[in-house]
This record gives sequence, structure tokens and C-alpha cells, in this order.
Amino acid sequence: MSRIHVSTTINGDETEFLCEAQETLLDVLRDDLDLTGSKEGCASGDCGACSVTVDGRLVCSCLMLAAEAEGRAIETIEGMADGDDLHPLQQKFLEMGALQCGICTPGVLVAAKNLLERNPDPTEEQVRYWLAGNLCRCTGYDKIIRAVMETAKDMRGAA
Amino acid sequence: MKFHSPQSVDEAIGLLAADPDAKILAGGTDLLVRLRSRDVAPSAVIDIKRIDALTTISQPDGRWRIGAAVPSAEMNEHAGLKAAWPGVVEAADLIGSTQVQGRATVTGNLCNAGPAADSVPAMVAAGAMAEVAGPDGTRLVPVEDIPTAPGKTSLKQGEMVTAITLPGKPANSGDAYLRFIPRTEMDIAVVGVGIALTMDGDTIKDAKVALGAVGPKVIVADAAAKALIGTTGDEAALDALAEAASAAATPIDDKRGTAEFRRDVTGVMAKRTAKIAIARAKGEA
Amino acid sequence: MAKDEYQAREFKVIGTRPIRPDGIDKVTGKAQYGADMSAPGMLWGAIKRSPHAHARIVSIDTSAASAMKGVKAVITRADFTHQPEDKANADVLDNCMAGERALYDGHAVAAVAATSKSIAAAALDAIKVDYEVLPHVTDVDDAVKPGAPIIHEGRQRENVPEGHNGNVISRTAFGHGDPEEGFKKADLIIERNFTTAATHQGYIEPNACLASLGADGQGEIWVCTQGHYMVRNVSAAVLGLDAGKIRATASEIGGGFGGKTHVWQEPVALKLSQEAGKPVKLVLNRDEVFRATGPTASSSADIKIGMTKDGKITAATCTYRLQSGAYPADNAMLAAMCGFAPYDLEHVRTEGLEVVTNRPKAAAYRAPGAPMGAFPVESVIDELCQKLDLDPLDTRLQNASREGTRAVYGPTYPAIGLEATLEAAKAHPHWTAPLGDNQGRGVACGFWFNFGGDTSVSLMVNLDGTVSLAEGNPDIGGSRAAMTMMAAEELGIPLDQVRTFIADTASLGQNENTHGSRVTYAVGLATIKAARHAIEVMKQRAAMKWGIDADAIEWKDGAAHPAGDNAGKFPPMSIKEIAAISSNTGGPIAGHHEANPEGAGVSFATHMVDTETDPETGAVKVLRYTVFQDAGKAIHPDYVEGQFQGGAAQGIGWALNEEYVYGEDGRLQNPGFLDYRIPVASDLPMIEPVILEIPNPGHPYGVRGVGETSIVPPLAAIANAVSRSSDVRLTALPMSPPKVLAAMKAK
Repeated sequence: MSRIHVSTTINGDETEFLCEAQETLLDVLRDDLDLTGSKEGCASGDCGACSVTVDGRLVCSCLMLAAEAEGRAIETIEGMADGDDLHPLQQKFLEMGALQCGICTPGVLVAAKNLLERNPDPTEEQVRYWLAGNLCRCTGYDKIIRAVMETAKDMRGAA
Repeated sequence: MKFHSPQSVDEAIGLLAADPDAKILAGGTDLLVRLRSRDVAPSAVIDIKRIDALTTISQPDGRWRIGAAVPSAEMNEHAGLKAAWPGVVEAADLIGSTQVQGRATVTGNLCNAGPAADSVPAMVAAGAMAEVAGPDGTRLVPVEDIPTAPGKTSLKQGEMVTAITLPGKPANSGDAYLRFIPRTEMDIAVVGVGIALTMDGDTIKDAKVALGAVGPKVIVADAAAKALIGTTGDEAALDALAEAASAAATPIDDKRGTAEFRRDVTGVMAKRTAKIAIARAKGEA
Repeated sequence: MAKDEYQAREFKVIGTRPIRPDGIDKVTGKAQYGADMSAPGMLWGAIKRSPHAHARIVSIDTSAASAMKGVKAVITRADFTHQPEDKANADVLDNCMAGERALYDGHAVAAVAATSKSIAAAALDAIKVDYEVLPHVTDVDDAVKPGAPIIHEGRQRENVPEGHNGNVISRTAFGHGDPEEGFKKADLIIERNFTTAATHQGYIEPNACLASLGADGQGEIWVCTQGHYMVRNVSAAVLGLDAGKIRATASEIGGGFGGKTHVWQEPVALKLSQEAGKPVKLVLNRDEVFRATGPTASSSADIKIGMTKDGKITAATCTYRLQSGAYPADNAMLAAMCGFAPYDLEHVRTEGLEVVTNRPKAAAYRAPGAPMGAFPVESVIDELCQKLDLDPLDTRLQNASREGTRAVYGPTYPAIGLEATLEAAKAHPHWTAPLGDNQGRGVACGFWFNFGGDTSVSLMVNLDGTVSLAEGNPDIGGSRAAMTMMAAEELGIPLDQVRTFIADTASLGQNENTHGSRVTYAVGLATIKAARHAIEVMKQRAAMKWGIDADAIEWKDGAAHPAGDNAGKFPPMSIKEIAAISSNTGGPIAGHHEANPEGAGVSFATHMVDTETDPETGAVKVLRYTVFQDAGKAIHPDYVEGQFQGGAAQGIGWALNEEYVYGEDGRLQNPGFLDYRIPVASDLPMIEPVILEIPNPGHPYGVRGVGETSIVPPLAAIANAVSRSSDVRLTALPMSPPKVLAAMKAK
């Protein structure tokens, strides 16, 4: 089977890979590029653990073929911190205990960051609906929602 | 499986006509799930997101044109479209999660021919047409005529839907879509109701009611629309609407709800949807 | 029961909320979970599964799959040549790979290892299985009827009386007094049947492992599990290997809730690896997780409770039937032990019947059996209160178990916190907040035993005076933070001087699973004692240096001090100074502790919930939720609160929307997160956690496990709220909109 050559940008780095036509972006991130921070919880777009952005748009990387990444700019959880400097959301999640097992955390953080870039002052309801596609089975969402709201407040204050 | 990313509609149609087992890939939020579960095994996928003409929302001749590759999130971000057809946009905004809305298209929602597709009743109520391109040229088809049965469409070999078009918003009109789901998000509609109507003063002079998830394909409930037309949308009219909508539903028992529940809730949702559409037509919402 | 371990003291670290030590890895994507590890030369494993609920496997033709390019191993049950003697392990083997019969939709029948995922998938398609379909039964009440297909002939235990068919595998009974006498004193008796649906733990990380096994029986396994010792021990027993020749390493774990306390696919991965001669990664997909890894049992219970008009429960009985899936389990026993545990009853009898069906093997799910135990009890008590016009909190207080109460399951309670949770609930503003139209407020109590179990911990004082703590329990929700805090507290050193690691199975003695709410209690106790052991060693080293007796030295603030003026005048010697001279004072310094502690205090909670019912659709919305639970002592309150909130959220899902839906064909109809509807963020309100601290006498700091109890009360608490909002008593879970609407229409 001949493989498809794809040139893309991942977390700011120009990246090339070869993939099979049916492989998803998530498959390639995890199995070929060693970017295992994006998780496969369902492979059907129902859990959000594989959330990434493509040209700034929040998507499930399990619902996108790797070949579609040609020429796109992809951001994953691995690109969220700036070196050792955590993104304010990452820091707040740690401070507020907004994770238990941590498997949903990368997807939640990627999704929450995308929300705050679009809406720096979301209501609790807006946060809950934006994150409705990010399943968490441990926390009951309480501390996650609080951490996103608190981060938004901090970032508005800093801006 | 092969992967094609044509640059033009003609190229896409050529590929589609040449390979009966190929599938169109727009948002992919349904196709990829089916690929993964090995429910489908196409010989090729044809990604239409590199075709410029299919990736924009425009208003070329008074009608709205939503390219087949436009994700529902972009519809939601389009102030003009949202002001004209809030019900259609809200329906598109109910398809899956935020992540799914970043990819899913209303054209895909239509062409998958799922009985519970959220955007379809809203589009049908709004009088949407599908722009169908094929080897013999382009034609416009009422949206309700695209699906024929679960998973089946009226598209011919080599044809694809390239856009959805909506009329310019008539004066004093309003549309709305509501669905019932067990959770608040992430579910497939158990009942969906789209209503578009036009007022003349306090009187409803025209209406279209479309029902989703209560039959093998979207149902155009003319009797339900008639219950509204000529009335002010008062409680008696809404009760008649609810009764007619429930009567038009032909649901089944399945894992998402019982037939009896679906029939009951069809009427409830029809009333609630009509109230929003009326308020919008009056400029109150 | 409880041992006298507890000593009141002032804490410096315990009770604070530091950032967890594994936190940065988890917010940056670096943390490695089960599917995140790879190995050189690794193959991809995949499992072929039965599409039938019950079928005889006539033949399996693997020749086409074996001949495919890139396929390195194809196995069926015939390749598992060792037959375990132990019945439980034999069941594990049969569940991992079906023998003569496939017993449920999703039962494994063959497996492959190949050089890519796509080749492995194609190879599964190439395996041809010839089935003879057999009659099946998936419902617990159908399974006990005369004429039901019998799943296992000859497995019924002697404790099952005449009159039950062969699907009733075991019967247990508990209680005391004479209920018939007690019912005579009641002013009102309510007798009802209640059912709960099977629910899945719903952990977001599918089960995964990376296995390597040589022809010589030596192997390694990297696995996401709640117990890598259990995985090693059971896999070795199933495959006929020496446990000591296998090293299991726990990955980070993406949720378990009891579902990962069992072996589901690890022996298959090891066997594939052995056949192929290469490491094999085996990751289940979500469909497989739902179809083939244990959901909890569904249940049916016949309950009867009598009460006087002033609220005294005079007698209570309940028979619980829990379907354990295709293999025997103990869930009905646990339901029968837990249901009435919150109440001080003179006359009580419970019976638990374990029923096998053509469903996946039921697994533990957070306080296994207890939610099904509590749902009928807490519902009927509420209904009695409604009908007798009694306050549901006061009535529970009036009948509450307390120190000295004889529990339904036998023992007499030491100091417990149930009354404290009820009093806290009464005093909370939630209890008196106004309610709107179609809104109601429900309360319910819950109990869980908690557990100790085999535990082994080592604490190493490194040459620079920093501390490495090795424990053997996968950290599922912040336990490394708790252990680090307890070690730092005991040693009197800053938190950042201790790092806690989850050791592999070759590095510590046996450790029980991360289950039974045992880790903070038992591993915490062992950590404290390992630290005390290390302190004793360090005191000896200081004594050697100072030339005084070790008994004349005391340890405080991370340093050895002369115990008094008589001991001599020496400046304190810090842990760093003692570590620096360790090579010259006897060698490395370490403390360790091995135990099976038996003082895990029992746990109680009271939950309060407000719901609103849509009168036209039957949709129930949760508006407000408060959890009152006794934690003994909260080591890291964030993660105690997280357990309260998470358990409540799971209970809300169980109550309202989650269920396994089987078709007439015996196949699971909703094996995915689309139609198996766990709560999403927009479904829930904030969940307020109220931590009560009634010290557990059996732990040095007073810790009680907190992980499980919080899933017990929600089912009834929500049913009680719905009843009070809509005047319908829902007795069958889930209370999904069609059921609620039908009940309201039938009024």
C-alpha cells in the first residue's frame, strides 16, 4: 500500500510524515510522531480526549484523517506550555486540583484554551456547554469548571 | 483506500463518477466513525475541503448559499446568516460537541440520511434547497427530497451536494428548531421539530413544520402547519399544532425512546418551537 | 476491628492543598498511560469477539489470517495449554478467551498480533468462526425463571436452597432478630420491587497493556490497571507461569472505578507475545470496553420495611438478585450486607442471590453492590416518611447506626460518622432553601466498608538527604500526593524533599489493588510506619556519631536532637547531615513496612439533591447537590472533595440515564459514549462537598477511605427528589425521560 506524504505544522514545528489513507490524525500523532498527550478514549468524537486545534479550530483528532493535515497548522497539548512556563490554565488546574486520573485533562485544556481565546469572559453555562464534548468521569466537572472560570478572570485582569 | 483532495467540483465529480465505491469526505464526523467501525469500506475518499467554492457562506442572488464543506461552527459565527435563519443555525450548532461542530457540515448531515439529523428539519422548514452537481450539470432539489430512507439518498451515481441554499429571509418571518435529548448535549435527537413561519400582523399567514427522528426520514407535517396558518398562534392553535404534529409522527421503539414517548414529545416540542418562531417573526426574540 | 493506632496531633502538611507531584506531567501531556508506551519491534494485538450472546464454538479457521503478510501470531483457546486449578482463575481464562462456548456478545474467541493496526484488523476479518447459536438470557429476573437457559451446569453452590434454578449460583443471608414479629409492631409497611440497570464504570482510558513474554516464561508487562500485582499474579496463574518471573509495571491510569481491578486481556497479550517472540501492545477500543469488560451488575430487589407512625423502623427484609454476567461474582452478597448498614435495626433479614446471565462478567464499580443495596432501602424509608408525614433527616437520625450498633452484616460499630453527616445536612442552608414549581429535594444515606489489604512500602533516605518513597498502588486520583504529604509530615521535612514512585512488582512485597477505598488508609499507614522505621535508623546513626544511646535521641523537624540535657549537648543533626555520613555509619538508610492492616474504619455519607422535572417530557434536571461525608481525616482536601464530587456525578448518571440496553438478540445495543450516556459538563451543577472528620481509630492520623461511599446515596436521593417534585415514585433505574413521563401519565 503506497503511503501518503503530508507536510504540516505541529506546535509551530514544520513536520512531515507518511500515513495510510485511513489513518486518523490521532493515529499519526500518537503512533508515528510520539505525541501521546492526545488520548484515544472513544475514536468516535464522543469523549474529546483527543482534542487539538487545526488552523485555530477545535476538533477531535480522531475524526480527521491524517492526510487532511496537509498544509494545516495543528496545536496539541504538547504545545500548550511555553517551555517550562505553563499556560495559565495548566497552572490553575494544578492549583485547584482540577484533575484526578488526568486522562481527560489534555483534551479539556486544549478545549478550554480555545474557548478563552474566543470568549475571555464566559459564563459558567457557556463553559459547561463548550466543554460538553470533553467527558470526565472522575471529577463531576466541578473543579474543572471553577478552574476555567478562575483562569479567565485572572487572564482578563492581566490583559 | 485512496485519498483524493480535488481542487474543483468538476474534478470531484470526475473522481466520484469514475469510482462508484468512493465516498465524499466533508466534515468527516460521521464517515470517520463508520470507517473506524468498519461499517463502510470505500475504495477512496474524496476530500472536498480544498475546493474554494464549497468552503464559503455567500449570498450571491438574494439566496443564502452554504458551501458543502462549511463547518457548522462557521455558520454559527456568521452574523448575517444567524440573523436571517436563527433556527437553521441553532440546529447546526446542536450537531455533536464543539469539536464536532468544528468539522461537521449541514450538507453531510443531510447526505448521511440519518433520520435524527438535527439540521434537516430546520432546513426543510426554512425551504432549503440542495445544490446537486453531477456529470449532467447542476440542479436544485428540495432538501426533503434528498434522503429517501435511513442511510439512503436520491443522489444518482456521480452526483454530490455542493451547497445548501436558503431563501432570503421573508419579512415578518421567524424560524426555530428544538429537539429533545435525554442529556443536555452530545445526544442524538429523540425528537426534533423545525418550524418556519411568516406573520401578517398578528396572524400567521404561512408556516412549514418538519419533524425529525420520528420516522425513517424527515416528515413535512402539513396538517401541523395548517393548524397554525390563519391563527394568532394562541393556545388553542398551539394545542392543535401539537396534536397534528404528534399524529404526523411515525416513530418506533428503540434504545433512545419509546414510540409513545416520541409521539407525546413531538407535540410538546412543536408547541415550544412554534412559540420561539412566532416571537422571532414578531421581532420579539 | 479497629486497632488503636490513632493519636491526635497538630499537623503541618496534612490538611493543606499542595500541587500534586504528578501534576505537571498530567497537564502537559507527558504522563504515560497504558497505550502510550511502545517497545522496539513491537507488534499490535487485536481480539476477535463473538457476535452472539450464547453460542457453541464449532470450529475456528485461522489459516487465512496466519498466512497474511505482517501477521506474526494468531491464537485461540487451544493455544492456552495450561488449565488453572483454581475456579476463579479458570473463569478468568475462559473470560479472556472463550473455550467451548461464547457466553456473551463480545466474548473473545481469537486474537492476532501483527506489524500494524490495519493488518491486525484485516487478520481478524480473515478468521472464520463457525458458531452454533444457543438460547440466551440477559435479564436477571428472566434468568431465575423456570425454563430459562442455564448458563453453567453444575456450578451452583451448596448454599442455594431447593427451588432455585441453576443460574442462581450462590445465596448469602444476613441479619438478626425476627422480622415477622417486628412487622407486627409497624403502623405502615411498604413492600415493593426495585430494579437497577447495569452501568459501566465508564473510565475514559480504554484498557491497555504492552506485554513481552519469552519462551522461558520470563516476561514484562506494562499495564493500565488498579493492581499490577493482581495482573501479574492472575496472568501467571492463568498461563501456568511463575509469578516471580514476570515483572508488571503500572502505567498512569485513566480511571478505573473498580473496572480495572480484574484481568481482561493481559494473558492474551502475554500469550501473543510468546507466540510471536516480540512485544505486543494490546489496546481495547471503546466498543470492546463496553461489550467485554465488566459493567456492574443489574439488580432486582424485593424489599419490605415496617415503621411506626412516629418513625421507628420495626422490621426490614430484602432479597437482592444481582446478575453477575457470565461468571459468578459476589455483588448480591455485598448488596445484602450494605443496604441496611446505616440503620440500627432490631429485626432485619437480607438475602443475596448471585445470578449468572449471558452478559459480560460483572466487575466491581465503586462500592460494588452497595448502590443496589441502598436504592430500595433509602427509597422505601423516604416513602414511609412521605406517607407518615415525617421528616426524612430526623427519621434517619432516629434510626441511625451509631457506636455500639450491631450492623446487619454482623459486627458492632466503633465510632462512626453517620449521625454527624445527618446533623450537618440538617444544619446546612441547602436543607431550608426555597424550591420552585416542579422542584423537589431528596436525601439518602450510604455506607461502605472500606478495606485494608496487603501493603508494602519502602522509604529510602538518599545520600543527599532527599527521600524516595516506593509504594505499589497505581495512583488513580492523587494518592502520590497523599503519600508524599504523610511521609513529609512524619519525617518533619519539606514536601519537595520527598518524591513518591509507584514501584513495579519486583521492587516491593505484595500490594493489594487500588480498591476498597484502601490506599490513603493502608498505604498511608504503611508510609507513616516506614517513615518511623527510617527515623529509628537515623536516630541510631546520630547516636553512633554522638556516642550516646539511640533511646536518648528524639526526632523533630527533620532532625535528630538529644532528648534532654542528660543526653548530652549536641546541635541537632538534620536528615541531610545524617544521610551524608550514612556510608560511614552502617550504610544506606531506608525504612519499610509490610502489613495487612485491619483498622479501615467504615464510611458513611448523606446526600442532598434538588431536582426539577419537566412535566411535559419527564426530563429531570439536577439543580443543586450537596455531599456530607466522613473522611476521618482529609489528607489533601482537594482530592477528598474530588472523590465526593465524582462519586455523586457517577451516581447521578446511574440514576438518570446510564444503562446497558440489550436487544432481543442478546446483543448490546449501546456500546459507545454516544448512547451510553454518562453525564456531560452541561448536565450537572456544582457539587458541594462537606467534609466531616471523625477520626478513624485504626489509622495514625485518623484516615478513613473516601473513594467509594459517594456513589451509594445518589440513586435514591434523586428518586426521592423526583418523588417530591412530581409525586411519582420511580422504582426502576434509570429514571430516563420516557419512564418518568410514563409514570406521570399513569398517575
